[in-house]
Amino acid sequence: MTSLPQSTEKRLGLVIDLDTCVGCHACAVNCKEWNTGAGASPLADTDAYGADVSGAWLNRIHTFEVTPADAPAQIVHFPKSCLHCDDAPCVTVCPTGASHKRSEDGIVLVTEDMCIGCGLCAWACPYGAREMDPVENVMKKCTLCVDRIYSDSLPEEDRIPACVRTCPSSARHFGDFNDPESDVSRLVAERGGIDLMPEMETRPVNKYLPPRPKTRSERATPSPAAPAASAPKADGFLGWLDAALDKLG
Amino acid sequence: MNQTSRAPGTADGKTEIRKTTCYMCACRCGINVHMAEGKVHYIEGNRDHPINKGVLCAKGSAGIMQHYSPARLNKPLLRTGERGSGEFKEIEWDEALELATGWLGEVRRTDPRKLAFFTGRDQSQSMTGWWAQQYGTPNYAAHGGFCSVNMAAAGIYTMGGAFWEFGAPDWEKTELFMIFGVAEDHDSNPIKMGLGKLKERGVKVIGVNPVRTGYNAIADEWLGITPGTDGLLILALAHELLRTGKVDLDYLIRYTNAPWLVIDDPEGSGHGLFARDKEGVPLVADRTSGKAISSATPGVKPALKGRFELPDGRYAIPVFELLAQKYLDPQYAPAAVAERTGIDADTISRIAGEIAEAAFEREVVIERPWTDMKGERHERMIGRPVAFHAMRGISAHSNGFQTARALHMLQILIGSIDCPGGFRFKPPYPRPVAGQPRPHGGACADTALAGPHLGYPRGPEDLLLEADGETAQRIDKAFSWDAPLSAHGLMHMVISNAHARDPYGIDVLFMYMANMAWNSSMNSSSVMKMLTDKDENGEYVIPKIIYSDAYSSEMVAFADLILPDTTYLERHDCISLLDRPISEPEALCDSIRWPVVEPDRDVRGFQSVLLDLGARLKLPGMVGEDGAPVYTDYADYIVNHQRKPGIGPLSGWRGEDGDKTGRGKPNPDQLKRYIENGGFSQVHVPEEAHYFKHANRAWSDWAIEHGLQDGPVENIFQLYLEPLRKFQLAAEGKAKPVPPEHHRERIRTCFDPLPTWYPPFADDGLDEDAYPLHAITQRPAAMYHSWGSQNAWLRQIHGENALYVPGEVCDRQGLETGDWARVTSQSGEIRVKVARMDAVNGSTLWTWNAIGKRAGAWALDKDAPEATRGFLLNHLIDELLPPKGDGRRWANSDPITGQAAWFDLRVAIRKDADQTTGQSLPDAGAQKSPVGQGPANVAFGRGKTA
Repeated sequence: MTSLPQSTEKRLGLVIDLDTCVGCHACAVNCKEWNTGAGASPLADTDAYGADVSGAWLNRIHTFEVTPADAPAQIVHFPKSCLHCDDAPCVTVCPTGASHKRSEDGIVLVTEDMCIGCGLCAWACPYGAREMDPVENVMKKCTLCVDRIYSDSLPEEDRIPACVRTCPSSARHFGDFNDPESDVSRLVAERGGIDLMPEMETRPVNKYLPPRPKTRSERATPSPAAPAASAPKADGFLGWLDAALDKLG
Repeated sequence: MNQTSRAPGTADGKTEIRKTTCYMCACRCGINVHMAEGKVHYIEGNRDHPINKGVLCAKGSAGIMQHYSPARLNKPLLRTGERGSGEFKEIEWDEALELATGWLGEVRRTDPRKLAFFTGRDQSQSMTGWWAQQYGTPNYAAHGGFCSVNMAAAGIYTMGGAFWEFGAPDWEKTELFMIFGVAEDHDSNPIKMGLGKLKERGVKVIGVNPVRTGYNAIADEWLGITPGTDGLLILALAHELLRTGKVDLDYLIRYTNAPWLVIDDPEGSGHGLFARDKEGVPLVADRTSGKAISSATPGVKPALKGRFELPDGRYAIPVFELLAQKYLDPQYAPAAVAERTGIDADTISRIAGEIAEAAFEREVVIERPWTDMKGERHERMIGRPVAFHAMRGISAHSNGFQTARALHMLQILIGSIDCPGGFRFKPPYPRPVAGQPRPHGGACADTALAGPHLGYPRGPEDLLLEADGETAQRIDKAFSWDAPLSAHGLMHMVISNAHARDPYGIDVLFMYMANMAWNSSMNSSSVMKMLTDKDENGEYVIPKIIYSDAYSSEMVAFADLILPDTTYLERHDCISLLDRPISEPEALCDSIRWPVVEPDRDVRGFQSVLLDLGARLKLPGMVGEDGAPVYTDYADYIVNHQRKPGIGPLSGWRGEDGDKTGRGKPNPDQLKRYIENGGFSQVHVPEEAHYFKHANRAWSDWAIEHGLQDGPVENIFQLYLEPLRKFQLAAEGKAKPVPPEHHRERIRTCFDPLPTWYPPFADDGLDEDAYPLHAITQRPAAMYHSWGSQNAWLRQIHGENALYVPGEVCDRQGLETGDWARVTSQSGEIRVKVARMDAVNGSTLWTWNAIGKRAGAWALDKDAPEATRGFLLNHLIDELLPPKGDGRRWANSDPITGQAAWFDLRVAIRKDADQTTGQSLPDAGAQKSPVGQGPANVAFGRGKTA
C-alpha cells in the first residue's frame, strides 16, 4: 500500500463555480484533447464509430435536475474530475506505488509503468474520478495538467490546466489553497466554497462554489413597477406625456 | 514513465503553432493549431482573437476528430445506384467538372432559372452569391430562411442591425440582462464569456425559454414561457413601461420615428403612410404651433400626441400616440397575457419594474463628448444599462418577425440601443434598409443577373413577380406574396416547390453544405421521397443533383454528382465584412482560414471548385477577355476580387503597401499579413464613435473612410414600419400591385406596421384536445447539427437523444424515463425514447437537435445509437400547413419573411404498446457508405492520428 505525505508545500487545485457553469463540456473535451497527447499513452476510445462507444476522459460533466418542493425545478451542471484529496484513498489502496500524492504541490498522479491496471484505486475513489484506459489498461486521471503548469516552454499565462484556460464562462479557477491570498482561497471564502461529500473524509483540495439563490418567479412577492413621481396619473398616459415633454424643454 | 513523462505541447521543438479560424460552428473563433510531425495534435483558443480571447468550446476542441474523421469524402463520386442508396463510383476531378459544366452550361444557355443553387451553412455567401449572380439564375440563397431570418430582417428593418453578428450586449456595463429563446448555440463562446462577466459583477440574468438548460439553467430567474408567446410577454412589458411612464422620450424624439406623422384618412389611399413634404421627408407636428413641418427642421420640438391638419387638408397622428394607444390597451395588460404565456401577471409586472429601475435609476454615464448627425454636440454618453439577446426560440415561429420587432421596440422605448450598458452595434452595422440592396430577379439566357439576389424590399413594388403580378419568379417563392420580406430566401421550400414544379420545374439542383435529405429539411421523410420520385418517363422529377460536402452525410446519398470539399483546416476562407462579419462593438474585424494542413485526399475546397466551374462556363468576371480564368483559386479571389474599386473580401492590409484598411488596392501579400497576425485583422473604432453609431458623426465619418458605407446613411429607428403598411394598403386594394384575393386577409392582419402578436398559424383550427402539447428542439452546446456525429469524442456526449417530457405529462400518460412513446402531429408520427424532466414548460416536449442519423451515413456502424435510438423531430413538421376551408395549403412559415416555423409544432404523446423493440421510428433504412466505416478504436496521441 502507498503512503500519503503528512502535508504538502502547496495545495494546488481547482475551484469550480456551479453558479456559472453552463454545462457546455468545453473543459471536458479540451482536457481530453490535451491529455491524450500528453500522457505516456493516449486516452483511447473503443468502438469509436460503433454501437457502444466508450473512452477515457479525465473530466466529465454531469447534469442533475433538482426539484425543490417550493420552487421550480432547476438544472445544475456538475463538472467532475480528480479532487486531489489530502486523504486520498486511491493512493493508500494502490498496491504498487503507482498512485501517489506529491509532497511539493499535492497533485495526485499515476506512474503509468508501475500501474498494473488492478482498478483498486477506482474502487476506492468515492467520486468515480478515475478512468481505466480501455486500450492500454492503465489507470488515467486528472494531473492538473502538470505538464502545463510547470512548463518553461509555454507562455506564463498558459501555465494553467487546459480546462481552466478553455472554460468560456470562467467557471473554473486554478491556484494554491495553501496561499490564503490566492484567487481560489478568496473565492472559497467569499462564496462559501464547499467540499464534495465531506462525509467521506477524503479532504478534497478542489472546491465547488454553490449556485446562488434564484429569483422564484411564481412565489416572489409582487412589487409592480411603482409609479414614479412623473408617471401617468389619473389623466392617463397622454396627460403624463405633456408634463414629461415640458420637462425635456 | 509516469503521467508527466511526455514533453508538453511546445517543449520538444517539433511543434509549431498555426493560427486560423475555427469552423466547428458558426461562431468563428480564433484557434491555435499545434502541429507535430505534419499532423494536428492540439487545438486551443487564440488569446489575441477578438471573438473568443483564448477560450474554446467543446466543439472547437474536438476539431481534431472532425479533421481526421473517417467520414471524410476522398474523391469525386458519380452515382451508380438509385438515389438514396449511397452507391457511387469514384471519378477523376476532370470528369466531374466536365460533367457539371455540361449540365450547368446547358441550363445557362436555355433557361438559367432551371438551376437552383443553394448553400447551407456556407460562410462564403458573398462569393457564392456573386457566382450565382454572374451565372444568371434567380434561384440562390443560403440557409437563413430556415434558420433565423426573422431575427435578422426584423432588426435590419427596425434599426439597422439585430443580435449576434450585428451587435452584442455591453457586457462590461449592463445592469440587467434578459435572453429570449436562446439555446446554447448562437453565438457560442461570446455569450458564455459574457455570462461569466455578468456573474462576476453580480448582474441579474433573466432567461425566457420553455426549457431550463444551459444559459437558462444559470439564469437568476427563469420564465418557462409557452412556445410562440414571447411576443405577448414582450408587449405586456411594453404595456407596463408605458403605463408607468418608464420610456425615454428624449431618445425617442432624437433617434426614432416616434414623432413622425401618420396619415389618418381611413378611406384614402395614403392612410397609415407617413405624411411627407415634397422632397419626401417625413413631417412632424411642431409642439407649440401644431403645424406640420419637416422632421429635418433644425431645433424642431415635435409633438408626440395629437391630431394635426396637414397642408393638403388631411389629418395625421404621431407614431408615438398610435403606439401608446395600441399597447396601453387592456389586451396587453399582464393579467390578460398570463394564461397564454404561462407567466403570471405579478411576475411580468415586477420584471417591467426591474427593467425600468435598471434603465432609469442606474443610468451609466461616460464623460466623453460626441457629435450627432445633426451636428449637435453632446457632452457625455448616457446609457440605459439593460441588454437583451434573442435567438431562434422567438424567431422560428410564424409570428417570429413581429416578435423580434416587438423586442427591438422594447429596447428602443427604454433608450438602450447602442448606448453604454445596452445593446451595441458591431461594424459594419448599423446598416438600415436605406443602406441595403433591393432583391434582384429576372433571368435571361447567357446573362448575369442585374444585381444581388437577396435584399430588403421597400414595398410591394420590389417583389419578384412575373407579369401576372402573382407568380413567383424564384423557385423558393421568396419575395412573392407568400413571403414578401424574405431577405434570406426560403431554402426549406426549394425541394418541395421543385418537386411540385410550382412555379416551375428545375433541371439542376446544386447544393453546398446543406443536409436537406435529413436534418436541414422540415419533414425529412417526405423530402427524401421528393428527391427520389420519378416522373412518367422514369426520370427523376428533380433531374440532376450536384452536391458538395466534406463528409459522407445523408444528403450525399441523394445526389448524382459529389464534389468533395476539404476540412476546415485544409482550406482558404475569408470571414468577410461583405458577408457575415465577426466584428466587435469597438473593432472592425475580419479573418481567414488557410491550409494549416494540406489535404491527404483527392478533395478540393468548394469555393475554388466553384471558380473553376465559373471559368469553364465563361461566366463574366471569372474569365478575362482572352477566355482565361481570372482567378487561379479561392485564395487568389480573396486577395484580388474587388466588389467595388478598393473594396474586396478582406478589409485588412489593403493597398500596394498594405497600409490601408477597408479601402485600398489589392495587396498581393494580404494573406501573408493575415497569417502573421494570427489569421485576423482588427482595427479599433475611435472612442468618440463607440456608442450611438446610428446617429454619431464620428462613426459615420469613420465608416465611410473604411469603406463600410459610401456616404452618410440616415438611420432613424422605425418603431412604425411603413413598408408593412404599404403591403396592407395593397391588400386593402388601395395600392398596386394588389395581392391575389386569398393573400389579402393574412396581409391585413399580420403586416401591422407596429409590432404585434398573433397566435402561431399551426394553432389556427387546431384540435387542442388532439394535439395539446408543443414540441421544440434545442442545439446542444457540445454538438452542432450534423457535422458532429462522426466525431468520436462528441458522440460520446450526445450519441443519442431522448424526448424530454414534463413530469406532469409523464404522470398523465403513465410514462417513465426509458419508455418508448409515440408522438403524433397533424402530419406524422415518430417513435422515441422518453426522459422525464421538470425544469421545462408544462406543455412542452423537447429534444436535442439533429442527433439522430440515417444508418450508413457519417461512416458510423449501422447499429450506432444515432441511427437506432436517435431521432429527428423534423418528421413531424410539414413545410405546409393542413388544408384550409378553401382547400389551399399555406406554408408553415412566417408570412412576412417566410422563415420556417419549426417551433410552432403541436403534438400528442402516448406510451407505445411495444416496449421491447429498441428502434426509433421512422426508420429511413440504410445507405451504403461510400467511405466505409470508421475504425474500432481511436487512440489519438501526439503523432498518432488513428
